[in-house]
Amino acid sequence: MTAKSTAARGSTPTLPTHRPGADRGTTPAAGRIGDSVLRPDGVPKVTGDFAYSSDLWMDDMLWGATLRSPHPRARIRSVNIGPALALAGVTAVLTHEDVPGAKTYGLEIADQPVLAIDQVRYAGEAVAIVAADHPETARRAVALIEVDYEVLEPISDMRAAMTEASPLVHEEPTQDEYPGGGNILRKLRIQRGDVTAIADVTVTGEYEVGMQDQAFLGPESGLAVPTEDGGVDLFIATQWLHVDQRQVASALGLPPEKVRLSLAGVGGAFGAREDVSMQIHACLLALHTGRPVKMVYSREESFYGHVHRHPALMRFEHGATYDGKLVFIKADIVLDGGAYASSSPAVVSNAASFAVGPYECDNVQLDGYVLYTNNPPCGAMRGFGAVQVCFGHESQMDKLAIALGIDPVELRIRNAMREGSLMPTGQVIEGAAPVEQILRLVRDAPLPPDADLNDVDVRLMPGGVANTTHGEGVKRGIGYAVGFKNVGFSEGFDDYSTARVRLQLVGGEVSATVHTAAAEVGQGLVTVMAQIARSELGVDQVINHPADTTVGSAGSTSASRQTYCTGGAVKLACEAVREKVLAMAARKLGVPVDGAALDRGDVVDAEGRPLAALAAVLGDDVIEETREFHHRPTVPLTRVAGANGAIGQGDAHLQFAFAAHRVVADVDVDLGLVRLVEVTTAQDVGKALNPLSVVGQIQGGTTQGIGLALMEEIQLRDGLIRNPSFTDYLIPTILDTPPMQVHVLELGDPLAPYGLRGVGEPPTISSTPAVVSALRAASGRPLTRVPVQPEHITGT
Amino acid sequence: MDFLYAGSWDEALAAKAERPPAVPISGGTDLMVELNFDRRRPEALLDLNGVAELREWEQTDGVVRIGAAVPFTRIIGEIASLVPGLAIASRTVGSPQIRNRGTLGGQLGTASPAGDALPPLVSVDALVEVASVRGARTVAVGEFFTGPKRNVLEPDELIRAVRVPVADGPQQFAKVGTRNAMVISVCGFALSLHPSTGRVGTCIGSAGPTVLRALEAEQLLEAELADGGLWESRAALPQPLMLRFGELASQAAKPIDDVRGTANYRRHAVAVMARRTLGWAWQDYQGGRG
Amino acid sequence: MRITFEVNGTTQSADDVWPGESLLYVLRERLGLPGTKNACEQGECGSCSIYLDGTLVCACLVAAPQAHGREVRTVESFAGADGLDPVQQAFIDCGAVQCGFCTPGLILATDDLLARNPQPADAEIREALAGNLCRCTGYEKILDAVRLASARRVAGGDEPS
Repeated sequence: MTAKSTAARGSTPTLPTHRPGADRGTTPAAGRIGDSVLRPDGVPKVTGDFAYSSDLWMDDMLWGATLRSPHPRARIRSVNIGPALALAGVTAVLTHEDVPGAKTYGLEIADQPVLAIDQVRYAGEAVAIVAADHPETARRAVALIEVDYEVLEPISDMRAAMTEASPLVHEEPTQDEYPGGGNILRKLRIQRGDVTAIADVTVTGEYEVGMQDQAFLGPESGLAVPTEDGGVDLFIATQWLHVDQRQVASALGLPPEKVRLSLAGVGGAFGAREDVSMQIHACLLALHTGRPVKMVYSREESFYGHVHRHPALMRFEHGATYDGKLVFIKADIVLDGGAYASSSPAVVSNAASFAVGPYECDNVQLDGYVLYTNNPPCGAMRGFGAVQVCFGHESQMDKLAIALGIDPVELRIRNAMREGSLMPTGQVIEGAAPVEQILRLVRDAPLPPDADLNDVDVRLMPGGVANTTHGEGVKRGIGYAVGFKNVGFSEGFDDYSTARVRLQLVGGEVSATVHTAAAEVGQGLVTVMAQIARSELGVDQVINHPADTTVGSAGSTSASRQTYCTGGAVKLACEAVREKVLAMAARKLGVPVDGAALDRGDVVDAEGRPLAALAAVLGDDVIEETREFHHRPTVPLTRVAGANGAIGQGDAHLQFAFAAHRVVADVDVDLGLVRLVEVTTAQDVGKALNPLSVVGQIQGGTTQGIGLALMEEIQLRDGLIRNPSFTDYLIPTILDTPPMQVHVLELGDPLAPYGLRGVGEPPTISSTPAVVSALRAASGRPLTRVPVQPEHITGT
Repeated sequence: MDFLYAGSWDEALAAKAERPPAVPISGGTDLMVELNFDRRRPEALLDLNGVAELREWEQTDGVVRIGAAVPFTRIIGEIASLVPGLAIASRTVGSPQIRNRGTLGGQLGTASPAGDALPPLVSVDALVEVASVRGARTVAVGEFFTGPKRNVLEPDELIRAVRVPVADGPQQFAKVGTRNAMVISVCGFALSLHPSTGRVGTCIGSAGPTVLRALEAEQLLEAELADGGLWESRAALPQPLMLRFGELASQAAKPIDDVRGTANYRRHAVAVMARRTLGWAWQDYQGGRG
Repeated sequence: MRITFEVNGTTQSADDVWPGESLLYVLRERLGLPGTKNACEQGECGSCSIYLDGTLVCACLVAAPQAHGREVRTVESFAGADGLDPVQQAFIDCGAVQCGFCTPGLILATDDLLARNPQPADAEIREALAGNLCRCTGYEKILDAVRLASARRVAGGDEPS
């Protein structure tokens, strides 16, 4: 059979065949909270049917492409789109002049041009966009756009950018919310007690963290479809539909209701999809051409197309008594925010908040700065400010342990936070803070056997199959670290999620439909939402409605918050539905409501005895309820010193999540190569709604921390990315990732839905310092920078 | 861009003669990256997948003649005992998927100093067979490269095969990468011992504009092995000799600082790898190989 | 140009192919087979793994015209009327799927491994799958899935294809 190439897709506009969340479980999916339920989208994901944002296709669609600045800092004298427009197959070439609404956008501070206006502030900044009939035509058109740049010296060094003599990245102030000045976007101090207190022993250290990339596998992509009402439908991979909707509508000059977003399949996120990438561009092109426009970034463009983890320069000073009690901690943390604000103000607040680590210390002074530079913009990545400082504070704890002659785990335990401890911000830690317990768990776990040097398998050696050692130079090191982080958005943000739950008979069976705008990015929220509905409504059949903007915001899939917030919203909506069902049961069938519940398709009494079949209660009626879950309020950190001199104080955070790691590493100290032998993790998750997913999150998060420790860095020189590819930006392969023991604690947070605690980020935070600690133990080198390069270990 | 098919070697040579700018493509593992990333737009591609003889290898008179398009997976699986150094190096190329497609012809044509298969070929004095409609010639692999990404091929020439001597002694290869699999070489080192002739072969990968032979290291070791009667006695190599061998190898490197590593580290690592590969190869020799 | 080849047992043609186009692009954008994924387009992630004449390759590194007259097998061919392939089922059962973008490539790479080596040791699994990057799982559950698929295939007498 010979099929015409274009016919294979069908002739009518094709929307995703398997829209995420829409897939009914064909695997054994029935299960309630606490069960290791399998993913409802597992089948389409293993068969290739799952429609990711880059898979979308329509018959008459065009391809979008982006012209990006090759210079980190330049004035634009002129842009000539004529040659590009003249190319056959090109339908549109747009610049900032074609942006009908707001010319700038941003998550919090709208400082980033949709398309560059008269100047560029980082290499990779979008200057113009093209729509054409084929990606190659679009690329050729991009190459034909003539831009006359006046190239300026980039402001790319953090220390230099902080000086008064430095030229400004933004000549006009971009905001008046945060104290800054010069190139400082936000600075804050958190101070309590008296940091001049006398300590027996003091250790100082300077630490550096390179720029990490989220390196999700599914590239930035989406399909924008113009609609008859002058609006646009956007099918997109994102972490937060509504914050995209707000920014897209603003740039298009359209009311939000004319910009309808639906979640396409998301190939990982890890923070990189919290900011807008091609969303506005695709919609501009679609509205301009009147045709659907698909944009898909290449891997290289992806490195320019999303924000990264902030590089950090940090200085710590720790004072302690001879018996190992922390007396004071001082920290200076400088983060490179790059050219635009993204979520930098919140990241630096987090970095300062968590700079001490999960330890008690009465005297602290923590200064955080985040800068504008001409480097690529930085923003959210898993761990969000806590990752950088955890490398610092845990390196310091190791250093202090050596200075005091105390076992490093014992030193940590002596200072461990517990329930009722105070944060540096003065906030009381409520609920479990099992720092001591998780440290003991990883320390006391059995150790792996020594390497077998009589039967060398190079795959199990540092260097792997590259055959660099058969045991020569190999030393084993063991390292520990513990870290913590906030769950949910902090500092007074009204952080909420919306859920709509409908209960009705479908084909004679009671079926619940859960509709939220929450972005499933791989973490398994679709599984958990269905588990909650099954548990609350006592039904087997749960359908996840595709996530879109026809329901209220779910907030961001970030900050380890979705199970808490959207899970909480689904729970509330289910409870409201249940209340109505029970009232209906009373009204229709005279079933007593007091103490009644829903279970296994029945209305049951307090003892679980069936009172009536749910199907009989419902009949033809449909019950639908929508609820918002707002987590309890937080407050901004104080910016004026209080009576006792304390500043940066307040109950800024919702919940804290803790994890600890032990890493066993074999290090070839002559070549500086590493093989991790084993990683052991312990983490309190409050309540594991889906234990299988929880372990998967912990293992995956740990691996991203391993990557930062050993290999992952966007290397910059004078503002230019030197390695925008998977050839030179390396992430761990299966040969770099060791067996991982995971200890999951379920200590229950009485303030949270089901007692749960956010899971996603903590494992990424403490794995990095634990790896480096093991490398130090093996090599004896100070290793103050991540990622650790071979030459740092060999000292060559 | 045009796409030219060749159904036989003669067709391929004719096509290349007619369209010298046509870029040959076989496994595509280098060229397609350049096309996908918009770094290169040749006016034509010349597909060699239809040339069956390029995918064959044969052993005659102590030489393995490996067709330019034999993929690395087959070198590892079919001729590792004949060309062990090349097989060890082939195993470090990319991923299984890359090794299923990548070829010696590709690495020779691309002429990157980071081509993992190149150091073992230089080390054992392999020959490259090249041809055009004007005729065929052979070039020593060590003389094949004229600089980074440059080689001696004339515009109408194609690579036909590589002639690799069957191993007459232990061979080793080691490569440093900053990941334990699927990684471009930071630097590499190949070593071959040739007891029958008293020769020692070496080559450094990815620490210079081309792969580089470590001549002084070879000469030192050849002299010491001969003078000390070590080939015959198979006695342990003196530690100072191994250290000196590593130092000389390191001195032969001409590395730069780049995104994958520093020049200083590369020099250091070449010394370590030279020492270690020598230790392993000599241990093999002591154990009776060769 | 026009190219014709067999995909999952069916002869397909694509017209107006730009000669520099990858086989990945043709499969995804011209033949309606987007199950083969486009994560890096430089052979560094394995997400676009397919069989070309029975050999596991990255579709992004095959020039589409090179596939003319040849046989291609993609992830779309694995599930049959009688359900999922054992490798696919094992990935679901073990929790080896999160975002799933790497999954089709891993299904192919695992199938290829088990065809050559029905009961691989862990180190063999790791070497065989080292060309398939996963950013979500940390690979532990992928190892579980390969072990489970191996056990099920051996127990089921499933002949390697």
